[in-house]
Amino acid sequence: MTDPILSVRNLNVTYLSSRATLNAVRNVSFDIGREKVAIVGESGSGKSTVGRAVVRLLTPSAKITADRMDFEGKNLLSLSERKMQDVRGRRISMILQDPKYSLNPVVTVGEQVTEAYRVHNKVPHKEAKERALAQLASVQIRDPAHVYDLYPHEVSGGMGQRIMIAMMLIPEPSLIIADEPTSALDVTVKLQVLAILDDLVRDRGIGLMFISHDLNLVQSFCDRVLIMYAGQVVEELRGDELGDAKHDYTKGLLASLPRIGDRRGRLSVLDRKDSWSMPVEKRP
Amino acid sequence: MSMIDVRKLSLDLGEGVRRRQILNDISLSVEAGDSFGLVGESGSGKSTVLRCIAGLYRHWTGEISIDGQTFASADRMGWCRKVQMVFQDPYGSLHPKHKIDTILSEPLRIHGFKDIDRRVSQILTQVGLGPRFRYRFPHQLSGGQRQRVAIARALILEPKILLLDEPTSALDVSIQAEILNLFSDLREQLDLTYLLVSHDLAVIDHMCSNLAVMRSGSVVESLSREQMVHGGATERYTNTLLRASEKYDRELVDELAAAS
Ligand SMILES: Nc1ncnc2c1ncn2[C@@H]1O[C@H](COP(=O)(O)OP(=O)(O)OP(=O)(O)O)[C@@H](O)[C@H]1O
Ligand SMILES: Nc1ncnc2c1ncn2[C@@H]1O[C@H](COP(=O)(O)OP(=O)(O)OP(=O)(O)O)[C@@H](O)[C@H]1O
Ligand SMILES: [Mg+2]
Ligand SMILES: [Mg+2]
Repeated sequence: MTDPILSVRNLNVTYLSSRATLNAVRNVSFDIGREKVAIVGESGSGKSTVGRAVVRLLTPSAKITADRMDFEGKNLLSLSERKMQDVRGRRISMILQDPKYSLNPVVTVGEQVTEAYRVHNKVPHKEAKERALAQLASVQIRDPAHVYDLYPHEVSGGMGQRIMIAMMLIPEPSLIIADEPTSALDVTVKLQVLAILDDLVRDRGIGLMFISHDLNLVQSFCDRVLIMYAGQVVEELRGDELGDAKHDYTKGLLASLPRIGDRRGRLSVLDRKDSWSMPVEKRP
Repeated sequence: MSMIDVRKLSLDLGEGVRRRQILNDISLSVEAGDSFGLVGESGSGKSTVLRCIAGLYRHWTGEISIDGQTFASADRMGWCRKVQMVFQDPYGSLHPKHKIDTILSEPLRIHGFKDIDRRVSQILTQVGLGPRFRYRFPHQLSGGQRQRVAIARALILEPKILLLDEPTSALDVSIQAEILNLFSDLREQLDLTYLLVSHDLAVIDHMCSNLAVMRSGSVVESLSREQMVHGGATERYTNTLLRASEKYDRELVDELAAAS
């Protein structure tokens, strides 16, 4: 791995409520260099919470602690909210799991991309609009001029996701956190969007945190894979070594995948072990 | 007899100059107790087909019938109980200010069921959530947990047909396996018929015996599961989808870019 862009040690996130505390993330440690790092794991294992904790976009009821959370030499946990906003706006982009939720419902999607462009580039509206249209085309939207004028509820799931990606590419960040960026896309568009991210890593040297549950994809797309269970990283592997996983949980996930041409009466499901939730060792 | 029969379905959406044809002469038919897959390009109109069948759009042309009854002749409450939909996006479909309990009991109340309490707790167990989720709000659940609530809500009225729009795309693979197994069990126990939209051809292969491939509002190819798996797809687009399903394939991306 190259010099890390992001270095996290023993990240803990606790959701506090009047009735319960939930340790959603426990002692998670990882580095991301100029590479594609996947976080996989079952629903509720804490993947999105890790991604959001890095940019400090968690609900107020969440408490974040870490021995270290360094990004480009800055400790993210000690930055003021203002400085953090700057990091979020310019250095770290986040593609959220639920695209439509993060678009403004009463503004056309095209105007939102144009506005995002103008936040980062002081140019007249007309020029920004042209750039926005080009940006929409670059994420494989076939008829950008038509899509530009649609409202969020009028675009299909896959289009909404690509619009979010188009917006996120505008500030030229050095780290992209992509939370299930392709689960709403058809397989050919998915590969095309991944190729855009792939190029950013290769040509611009950005780091990519790729949160996904598509094990098949992660295996062929990512350099490294972190496997999360119950808030902890239980195994870390090279992408192309995922098939040789040692942990029973990782093996169980792989076994539960349906595969084309290999029809079984029932898919195998996880037989969860208490030992999988035992505290892992902290990293120095 | 087919449970779902769609003939020459066409639909325009949008106002004025933005109006355009979204569906173009779609035909498909699904036997009772079967699962039929709908795959294809993002934005090709798959969800729109489901919305037409669910009765959410009404200005289409062509014919839709379920269980031998045409849409025009059916009563709305009855149609609605027979056909339930699970949406792609669990945020949009779950009322953010309602507890799970309310979300699940409301349809039962509207349709005059008596043993609401028992049905709600049973369905929560059936979708693998359990009773402790009953009094939570949607925002207190993870994406996957939320989608299970949506599935529970679709099942709660014991429909004959489930229209499944990417029902497992927000779920991790182990929960997906549980939910797909659950769908298989329920189909047998309750004689359900499924129309399943998915981008994951492996899921379609696992669940369905026939499928249609859509692009730009049209069906480009209809084929059986055997044909899909054993090289029987004739359309180039279908074969591209199959190849793209295998892995991240940079060569294929470059080919696609060169072709467009
Ligand atoms: N705002 C919140 N308040 C309380 N608990 C929360 C909140 N957000 C998430 N959680 C809980 O924290 C845990 C981790 O959630 P998270 O969203 O990080 O999971 P995930 O791995 O991203 O799951 P998915 O694959 O379903 O998106 C879950 O048990 C979830 O219910
Ligand atoms: N109200 C509307 N006005 C104009 N166009 C619309 C409207 N609603 C949907 N569309 C368009 O209809 C087309 C079909 O959308 P649909 O949601 O059915 O696609 P889909 O095949 O389900 O795609 P995905 O796989 O991305 O979910 C899209 O191009 C969308 O932009
Ligand atoms: Mg998540
Ligand atoms: Mg759709």
